[in-house]
Amino acid sequence: MNGSTVVLVIAVLVLAAGTFAFRFAGPLLRDRVSVPERTEQLMTMSALVLLAAVIATTALYEGHELAGYARPAGVAVGGVLAWRRLPFIVVVLAAAATTALLRLLGVR
Amino acid sequence: MSYGAISVGMGFGVWLPVLLAVLVLAGASEILFIGIVAAGGSPVAATVAGLLVNARHLPFGLAVSEVVGRGWRRVLGSHVLNDESLVFALGQRDAERSRAAFWACGLGILICWPLGALAGALLGTVIGDTDSFGLDAMFPAVLLALVLPQLRDARSGGTALAGAAIALVATPFLPAGLPVLLALLALIGLVRRPGAGVRKAGVREEPEEREEREEREEREEREEPKEEAR
Repeated sequence: MNGSTVVLVIAVLVLAAGTFAFRFAGPLLRDRVSVPERTEQLMTMSALVLLAAVIATTALYEGHELAGYARPAGVAVGGVLAWRRLPFIVVVLAAAATTALLRLLGVR
Repeated sequence: MSYGAISVGMGFGVWLPVLLAVLVLAGASEILFIGIVAAGGSPVAATVAGLLVNARHLPFGLAVSEVVGRGWRRVLGSHVLNDESLVFALGQRDAERSRAAFWACGLGILICWPLGALAGALLGTVIGDTDSFGLDAMFPAVLLALVLPQLRDARSGGTALAGAAIALVATPFLPAGLPVLLALLALIGLVRRPGAGVRKAGVREEPEEREEREEREEREEREEPKEEAR
């Protein structure tokens, strides 16, 4: 195990402990504190915003560089299918297939 | 499975996605964690981003505390509290069925998610060049399919799009992980104006309310470029 692996394991443990704390705090606090509905909505919305940002950056970028055309095209196809409420597995496989096909045709 | 395959495709050992799957058991944050580290971000940034994504479990727990139970059940029940088990619990009418649905779904995921990650990771090591199979497009597509149902109303959709735009503009200039956190600036529009809360899907609006909201959204659209420029 080298140094960076140890750091990575510690990071995983901290994330796991923190996540458990979030999960455990809800039922624990329920009887004592009432969280306003607005705060609850805001927490949900911030999770959605973070996820949207992750989707956008991983679809378009590879590190600090743009990822080319094949990947965003695949993600876009997946997005359209998801919007049309197609099954999850269809969405994911269609996204990968589109990207793979474009790369096969020489589109990067 | 795709999560495990993607992780290995990004250059990690089989152990990392499986360890995350067992201990964290929250798909989106695990994928995010691996994505940030793979992009060269620090493990600290990955942890902070993962924790932020998982902060939603606190209001989740407040919402379904009855089905989680008490004592040792609360410890295990908290761990299996996630998007899916929450949806199952909320979908039932009486408390008894709600509890049964929550535990069935939660325990199912506790077993299936790590096993799926392991199978995917092993498969990923066999495939080798995952890019030519388009696996790198799978990761954003998986998240998109999970998130889209919650973004169907104009308000949350608009806020999420604004956040995505902020992150995209910032990515070439900032260290990995930060652009995603910066996206939270999109929430300012919601915080600043009392009453401009997130609308739940299916909640009916009064006509006056709707007019008010549309005005507000127009204002925000004009203000958005300023926020992105920051």
